[in-house]
Amino acid sequence: MSADVLSTEPHTPPVGTSLLSLTGIQKRFGAVRALSDVDFEVRAGEVVALVGDNGAGKSTLVKVMSGAGPADEGSYRIEGREVSIGTPAAASAHGVATVFQDLAICDNLDVVANLFLGRELTRGVALDEPEMERRTVELLEQLSVKLPSVRIPMASLSGGQRQSVAIVRALLGSPKVVLLDEPTAALGVAQTAQVLNLVERLRERGLGVVLISHNMADVMAVADRAVVLRLGRVAGRFDMADVSREQLVATITGADTNVVSERAARVAGRSAAAPAGTEGNQA
Amino acid sequence: MSTTSTDSAADAAAMDPAVPVPDAAPQQPKQMLRERLAGLRGGDLGSLPVVIGLAVIVIVFQSLNSTFLNSFNLVNLCLQIAAVGIIATGVTLVLLLGEIDLSVGSVSGLAAAILAVLNVNEGLPPVVALLAAAAGGLVIGTIHGLVFTKLGVPSFIVTLAGLLVWQGAQLQVLGSQGTINLPPSGGLQQFGRFSYLADWQSYGLAVVLPVLFLAAKLATRSRRTRAGLPVGAVWVPVAQALLLLAVLLAVVAKLSIDRGVPWIFVVFVAILALVEYVLRRTRYGRAVFAVGGNIEAARRAGIKVDALRTSVFAIASMLAAVGGTVAAMRLGFANQSSGAADTLINAIAAAVIGGTSLFGGRSRMYSALLGALVIGAIANGLDLLNLSSALRYIITGTVLLLAVVIDALASRGRRSAGR
Repeated sequence: MSADVLSTEPHTPPVGTSLLSLTGIQKRFGAVRALSDVDFEVRAGEVVALVGDNGAGKSTLVKVMSGAGPADEGSYRIEGREVSIGTPAAASAHGVATVFQDLAICDNLDVVANLFLGRELTRGVALDEPEMERRTVELLEQLSVKLPSVRIPMASLSGGQRQSVAIVRALLGSPKVVLLDEPTAALGVAQTAQVLNLVERLRERGLGVVLISHNMADVMAVADRAVVLRLGRVAGRFDMADVSREQLVATITGADTNVVSERAARVAGRSAAAPAGTEGNQA
Repeated sequence: MSTTSTDSAADAAAMDPAVPVPDAAPQQPKQMLRERLAGLRGGDLGSLPVVIGLAVIVIVFQSLNSTFLNSFNLVNLCLQIAAVGIIATGVTLVLLLGEIDLSVGSVSGLAAAILAVLNVNEGLPPVVALLAAAAGGLVIGTIHGLVFTKLGVPSFIVTLAGLLVWQGAQLQVLGSQGTINLPPSGGLQQFGRFSYLADWQSYGLAVVLPVLFLAAKLATRSRRTRAGLPVGAVWVPVAQALLLLAVLLAVVAKLSIDRGVPWIFVVFVAILALVEYVLRRTRYGRAVFAVGGNIEAARRAGIKVDALRTSVFAIASMLAAVGGTVAAMRLGFANQSSGAADTLINAIAAAVIGGTSLFGGRSRMYSALLGALVIGAIANGLDLLNLSSALRYIITGTVLLLAVVIDALASRGRRSAGR
C-alpha cells in the first residue's frame, strides 16, 4: 500500500467547507417511515452531535451515511458533489469512516495488528512489522493517545483505550468525515474524557465528526452543533454556544412543542430552538 | 501476535496507562522475569504445562524401562511422530479459526490407499503417487470448506460426515485386497523407513539453523533501531541462539549414536516451520488469526472470510493426506485400518497439548511438534512396557482432556485478567 493512505497530515478542505450533506432523505421499513425529509450537514473542522431518543432514527441515519443501509430517496453529497453510497466500501472510498458501537476489534491481536488489519505493510511476502509499529507509534503520538504498549493484545486494554484504537484505525484510511456511534457508552469518567479529547483532536485536524450519543454531558462538552431527531424527522438544530441542556432534552422528548417553542418565539432573532418543520433558516 | 523480541513488553509496570508508548523500556533480565510471572498469573501459561508434562512422562517411563531414553528408541520416536505431527500441523490451522476437522484420520487413510494403489497396482512412479495423494487431500478439504462456508453447515458436522465418507472411499480404493504392501526395495519404503541424514548433514543443520535464527533476529533488531523503536539487549537473541545450538547438537549427537535423524522427521519439521512462517509473518497468517479472533472484525477489515476459511480446510486436509502417506511409507503398507483408530484423536490431542486453543485465534509457536512429542512419548513408552492398547487409549484420552482443561482454565484466567 502507498504511504499516503497512512498520511497523518491534515488533508481536508478549509474549515467550514461542507464535507457531507444530505437533503430530503427518506427511508421506509415496510409501513414504518423511519426517516422522512431529513437534511443533515457536516462541515470541515466541526463536531456535529446527532441526538434523539430510542427509535428516533439515529441509527437509520448513521446507516444511510455509512452505506450500511442506503436511503430510499434523497441526495447524498460529498464536498458538494452528488454521490451514490450503496455500500460501506463506497462510503469509505468517498472518505466517510464509521466507528460502530461494537468496535470490530480482534482481541487476540495486538494494537499494531488491529490498526493495520486488512492493509498490512509487507516487505516481499513477509509483514513489515518494524515499519507498521513505527507508524502506529507515530500516529498514536500525534493524536496523544496513550497506551501501555502497542504490542499487547487488545484484550488487555481498557474500554477507553480500545475505543481510541478503533477511532485511530478509522483514521488510517484518510477519511474526511468520521461517524462515531455511541463512543462513550459503557465508559468510565476518565475513559470518556480520553475519548472526548481524541474527538477534539479530530476536529483540530479539520475532519468533520458526527457524534451519535445519548449522553448530553458529552454532547455539551465537545459538539459545535446538535441535530435532534424525533420520530424520523429533524426536531431541532442548535448551536451549542446558545443552547441549554434543558432545551436539548426538551426537544428530544418533544416537550418543546409547547413551552419551549413559545419561549423561542419570544426571543426570536437569535432563537436557538426552531420547531420542527421550520429548520430551513437555521445556521 | 508476539513476533519480535520486545513484543512481550507488556509487563505490570508498563500496564500503567500513564506510561506513553515510546517509553516502553527495553528488556532487562529482571523485567523479563517479572513479565513472565505476571503472564503466568494472568493465565498465560506459555509452554510451561507441556514442558512439565514432557518431563514427567520422561521420568516415569525411564524409571519403568531404562531403554526409553536410549538412542535406538529415540530414533524410533522421531519416526513415529512424523506422521501424526504433520496431521496435527493441519489441525492447528483449523483450530486457529475456531473450527474443527474430524475427518483428518480418514483422509490420511484414504491418501495412504491412493498412494499404495497408484504405486503398486498402477505402477506409477513414487513421486507421482505422492503428488496424487496430496492433491486428493486438497480437493477433499476444498469440498469441506465449500460446504461449510457456502451452505453454512457447521464444520463439526461437515467433517464428521467426511470421516465416514472418506473412510468408505478408502475401502473402495483398496478394493478386495485389504492390504497393499509397498515394495521393500521401492523408493517409498526406502524413504520412510531407511533414510537418515548423514552425520555431516545433521551436524550442519544443527549449526546452520541457530545461525540463521540469530541473523534473522539481528536483522529485525537493526531495522527496529533504524525505525527509532525500542530494542532489547543484544545478548538475549545471542543467548537464545546458543541455547538452540546446544539443544540441536545434543539431539543430533544422541540420535547419531544409532541410525541418525530420520528424513521423514526432517520433512515434518520443515512443513511445520513453513506453516509457522506463513502464520506469523505473512498477511495470510495474520488473516487466519483475525478470523479466529473476531470474524466480524476480519470481514469489516476487508478480509475475504469465506475464501480464507475454505483455503484453511483445504490445507488441513492436504496436510492430513501428506501425513497419511508418510505413515504408509514408514509402515511399508496401506490397509483398511490405515488412519483409523487413534489417528484423529492423536492429531487433535497433539495440537491442543502443544498449546493451540480450541476457542480459536491462539496458538503457541511449534505447538504441533511439542504436542506430537508428548503424544508420541506416551504411546512409545506404553509400547515398551507391553501394556495393552486399552490402557493406551485411556491414558491418551485422559491427557487430551487434561490439555483441554488447562486451555479452558487459562482462557478463564485471561478473561479475569482482562486479556
